[in-house]
Amino acid sequence: MYVAVKGGERAIENAHRLLANARRGDQSVPEVTLDQISEQLGLAVDRVMGEGSLYDRELAALAIKQARGDLIEAIFLVRAFRATLPRFGASEPVDTGAMRVQRRVSSTFKDIPGGQILGPTFDYTHRLLDPSLAEGFVPDAPATAEAATAPTPRVTDILGRDGLIESSPQADDGASVGDLTREPLNFPADRDLRLQNLARGDEGFLLAMGYSTQRGYGRNHPFAGEIRFGEVEVEFFAEDAGFAVPLGSIELTECQMVNQFKGTATEAPCFTRGYGLAFGQSERKTMSMALVDRALRARELGEEALAPAQDEEFVMSHSDNVQATGFVEHLKLPHYVDFQSELGLLRKLRQEFADAQAGDAMKEAAE
Amino acid sequence: MKLSIIIDNFDAASSVDQVTQHNNQQAQRKAAMAVLAHAEAGEIAARLRNFSLPAHQHLRMPESGLVMLRGRVGGDGAPFNLGEATVSRAAVRLASGEVGFGYTLGRDGEKARLIALCDALVQSRDHGGLVERNVIAPLREQLMVERRQAAAETAATKVDFYTMVRGEG
Amino acid sequence: MTTISELPPGFADKVLSAQSTFRSVMDAMARPGSVRRIVPMAGAPGPMMRGTAAIALTLFDHDTPLWLDARMAESPDVVKWLKFHTGAPVVQDCSIASFALVSNGAALPPLDRFALGTNEYPDRSTTVIIQLESLVSGRSFELRGPGIDGVATLQASIEPFDLLERLRLNEALFPRGIDVVLVADDAVVAIPRTTRAVSKGS
Repeated sequence: MYVAVKGGERAIENAHRLLANARRGDQSVPEVTLDQISEQLGLAVDRVMGEGSLYDRELAALAIKQARGDLIEAIFLVRAFRATLPRFGASEPVDTGAMRVQRRVSSTFKDIPGGQILGPTFDYTHRLLDPSLAEGFVPDAPATAEAATAPTPRVTDILGRDGLIESSPQADDGASVGDLTREPLNFPADRDLRLQNLARGDEGFLLAMGYSTQRGYGRNHPFAGEIRFGEVEVEFFAEDAGFAVPLGSIELTECQMVNQFKGTATEAPCFTRGYGLAFGQSERKTMSMALVDRALRARELGEEALAPAQDEEFVMSHSDNVQATGFVEHLKLPHYVDFQSELGLLRKLRQEFADAQAGDAMKEAAE
Repeated sequence: MKLSIIIDNFDAASSVDQVTQHNNQQAQRKAAMAVLAHAEAGEIAARLRNFSLPAHQHLRMPESGLVMLRGRVGGDGAPFNLGEATVSRAAVRLASGEVGFGYTLGRDGEKARLIALCDALVQSRDHGGLVERNVIAPLREQLMVERRQAAAETAATKVDFYTMVRGEG
Repeated sequence: MTTISELPPGFADKVLSAQSTFRSVMDAMARPGSVRRIVPMAGAPGPMMRGTAAIALTLFDHDTPLWLDARMAESPDVVKWLKFHTGAPVVQDCSIASFALVSNGAALPPLDRFALGTNEYPDRSTTVIIQLESLVSGRSFELRGPGIDGVATLQASIEPFDLLERLRLNEALFPRGIDVVLVADDAVVAIPRTTRAVSKGS
């Protein structure tokens, strides 16, 4: 148990002053701006928006600056900020099929309508450190080519046309959508809540969980059906205007995993699927999310659920890095009273042990 | 033909017209908002500067809040909550009665106010055409140029993988 | 038909007005039976009193389902005003409402039809806001319970006349239960679920 302590205000204030100086670093070095963070550390901003569960590049960049680049601390700051704003409502569900695609790859079909588009990717780089980036690097202007006008349907839609893959679960219009920021989690949790939890879950945790399924802890035989990244338009039904108003666009990454097939005596076999969706360009995150989403469907698909990634209570209760860091890091706060009582108990037990030993020795000597 | 039938038909016809007109105007407002939401507040303000603005008042002062963004399971299934976004909104009323609403991602209340003002102007008989020509159309053109450039850069990274068939040749 | 542009305005200063109103309601809840004034004023539509309007602007939002009694619901202005200024969804089923607005106390539904909360989340109950004629004249009631030093006396023209007897359902429900806020013009009195009352007659 943690017992509040008093005092130390002066030291705390001075520690925060020291922190402000440490954050700024050597003042002869120019200060980093929010634009620089947003433009040049864009993937860090994407991660903070996703796990902070708040789409706002500028705020995420500020959080990264304030947290000295500690992304979990930045995520914590963003989560705290969102709690200060009123909510106007929920958007219309975004249509990822209408995404202005900047990247789109499939590992299941090489020829997909609309083509495979590499976009800005680390794939196929040699992972060699590039000293020319150290300073004053000016990249060549991007190459251009005639833009295709053909639509880019989702790969799962193509498979779905022939019934080769299960269709997505549907809901009635107006059916309520679970929201774990409003209602505390109860288990078992429906897929909408699971996906919300995973979407704001820690990338490292999801990566490890997804990896564990590949290594055999709840294997589900995945193929990356499609990964796409780009801009989607957002609309919000504004009660005052009386129609769905455009809010602008956001960047999203979507991953469709195509997984091992199932079939029954009454249903023809078809592929199953796992789904990942996250703010910004977050490929590792959405791929991991899709693997874990599929693993968490074990019960629904009648599979044996023995592995950690298939245990929704385990996954959902430990995926949130703000909760996790809060509980782990609280251990460094004063636990003096608690510890004193343990110490007292331990001393007593040791005394009893010593007394018992002495008693045995006496008995032996007497015999 | 009885007079009452003429009147009935006339009523029916005019109410259908009204519905169509309402839908057309709504589509036009939405199209304008879709452009404005992508522009910067400064760009909208600059375009409005040459405009003799009619008297107007704020029905809803600019305010910032959150909208929960939703995706769909599998991209096309039941909705789920993905995460929130900051959104600003405002409402403006022209002296002539038109009420405009402004919504935009982000925390720029001034931008929301300018969108609301443009939305009110778009509905106005006196100003609708002007605002479409002088504000919306140039911003739309600019947006299209940016999108075409991005699409061309993306297109250059399109790849044709070919599989090597083993045992051939 | 009233259009949005003709609706009564909300708070002139959203933040300070909401804070001040919140303070009044909180004080009323903390000291059951005491009469508090709501200072910041907003326009009030139809049968809504100005105190009720200020409370609505302060406490209602997109996440608080709202139930209206027939007299409130019959007024299109009330519904439009609430929708524009608070965004609270109006629901027909009062058992899922966070708040209920009652203009005609005589037609108050049985209290057990409202949300009573759960043992895990007793806060998920309906706060019933009842408008009445006066919080200074009418029958006298003695109130006891947490937040009251001994006995508090409330004089009010309460409708329904047996409201305080009906609130005795709170005794058996605790920690679940109904909290009531009484409003007369700009005056507000709270009777939270922990308060017990006896009528002294007039």
